[in-house]
Amino acid sequence: MWLTDFAQNLINGTLLGGLYALIAIGYTMVYGILRLINFAHGDILMWGVYFALYAVVAFGMPWWLGFLVGIALAGFLGFGIEKIAYRPLRNAPRISSLITAIGMSFFLESLAVVVFGGIPKSFNIYPKFFNHTLIFGHLRIQTLTFFILGITFLLLLGVLWLLYRTKTGTAMRAIATDIPTTSLMGANVDRIISLTFIIGSMLAATSGIMWAMRYPQVQPYMGFVPGMKAFVAAVIGGIGSVPGALVGGFLLGMTEILVVGFFPNLAGYRDVFAYVILIVLLMFRPTGIFTVYSEQKV
Amino acid sequence: MSDVLLEIKKLNVFYGAIHAVKGIDIDVKKGEITTLIGANGAGKTSTLNSIVGLVRNKKGNIIYKGKEVSHLKPDAIVKSGIALAPEGRRIFPNLTVEENLQMGAFFRKDVAEVKRDLKWVLELFPRLKERLKQMGGTLSGGEQQMLAIARALMANPQILMMDEPSLGLAPLLVKEVFGVIKRVKREGKTVLLVEQNAAAALSIADYGYVLETGNIVLKGKGKELLANDEVRRAYLGVTV
Repeated sequence: MWLTDFAQNLINGTLLGGLYALIAIGYTMVYGILRLINFAHGDILMWGVYFALYAVVAFGMPWWLGFLVGIALAGFLGFGIEKIAYRPLRNAPRISSLITAIGMSFFLESLAVVVFGGIPKSFNIYPKFFNHTLIFGHLRIQTLTFFILGITFLLLLGVLWLLYRTKTGTAMRAIATDIPTTSLMGANVDRIISLTFIIGSMLAATSGIMWAMRYPQVQPYMGFVPGMKAFVAAVIGGIGSVPGALVGGFLLGMTEILVVGFFPNLAGYRDVFAYVILIVLLMFRPTGIFTVYSEQKV
Repeated sequence: MSDVLLEIKKLNVFYGAIHAVKGIDIDVKKGEITTLIGANGAGKTSTLNSIVGLVRNKKGNIIYKGKEVSHLKPDAIVKSGIALAPEGRRIFPNLTVEENLQMGAFFRKDVAEVKRDLKWVLELFPRLKERLKQMGGTLSGGEQQMLAIARALMANPQILMMDEPSLGLAPLLVKEVFGVIKRVKREGKTVLLVEQNAAAALSIADYGYVLETGNIVLKGKGKELLANDEVRRAYLGVTV
């Protein structure tokens, strides 16, 4: 019985960890390239979910098309935010773009309240077969779990392939250390940075939609907690490192679920554990598990 | 006379209130090695960075193959055939040697020729061949300089510009690097070389310019400058 519980929690932890990881990748990629903590990242996620919801409910698209439209529009939103809000500040002091990112986060949340209303909406737009429960011995697994795990792993593999097996990915890693020299390679730096924002935003929206399928409620502040957790995951993994974001995401998701699973009376402190891990790690290894920025050269 | 491939006319560069380059004229002739020598702060790096488009706050004309290119951004300049091995090497430390070289050919679509060029630069710098899978940041200073030159060559440029390739290198390595520069010239490429090591630069250069605080104070054939008393006293440490 204990083993079954453990397996059940392991699956749930992987699920939550995968969702965190998808969001954390966007955080870490943008930080890696621009040294910018894009606090609006979680809100792009929220907008992506609303886009998908309205595509299905208001425009009558089939669920899968609505999801794709929501993800694509989130990518477009990320592209626009970079172009309008962050690009003009690229050579400004870093604090300016950080403040802009926080402002952008508030703006996106408030705009969502105005446009979509503050009342939570139900996200029951996906087919019912995702809610089937499959029983393996004592294990009970929802079809949705397989869907989310499958998509998550495909996307994670896709991101790693892009970064380490393509020319564009090599250029993204090059930009992370040296923007002017990358432009000396004949690479259009603006275009690569735009692409990074688009990919990060699309991953966040995908994660958000899957989040909404699991916790089917949509509201303008739904991006805050996943965004914050993913940020913690990115820092734990070593901000700027994509493998770090993966490890950090899974570590965080797994810890949360396991702690709650084995100490149910601590369930109320669930979020505390995320930050405890962060604080302990920062005390002993401030650069995260995968160190990317160990020293700042002038 | 061979024809002028790159012509710089009345180039001025400003950094805020500082007037770093004060209206200089430079001709880079096809198939030749042209060198700019001078002390720190003479405006050599500013000149190269202006040509390649990294410095935006400039006045004057930069004419490449008869066309004005001073308004172009770095990626457009590089695509048009001018590559720079920048000051301080600026290799990508988090990329492998192989990836660094691939980045040099980033914009090129001629896959077969990129492969051929890769073979060629590895033949020029056999040491890089042994280190293809190693991270750029783990290379020694000399190897990093070779990588920076090799990476610039991977763009298959008509003009290879180099900013102080001998800086911080042991004498033996300096010799090796300058040997490569001569080989690059023999391949028919044009070279614009910026150096503080005036003796080495002038000995391989067809034509040289001496820069002092943003002005050209002397110019002439490499051998003539090498024999010039003023150059010998100021840059070669020879008491005349």
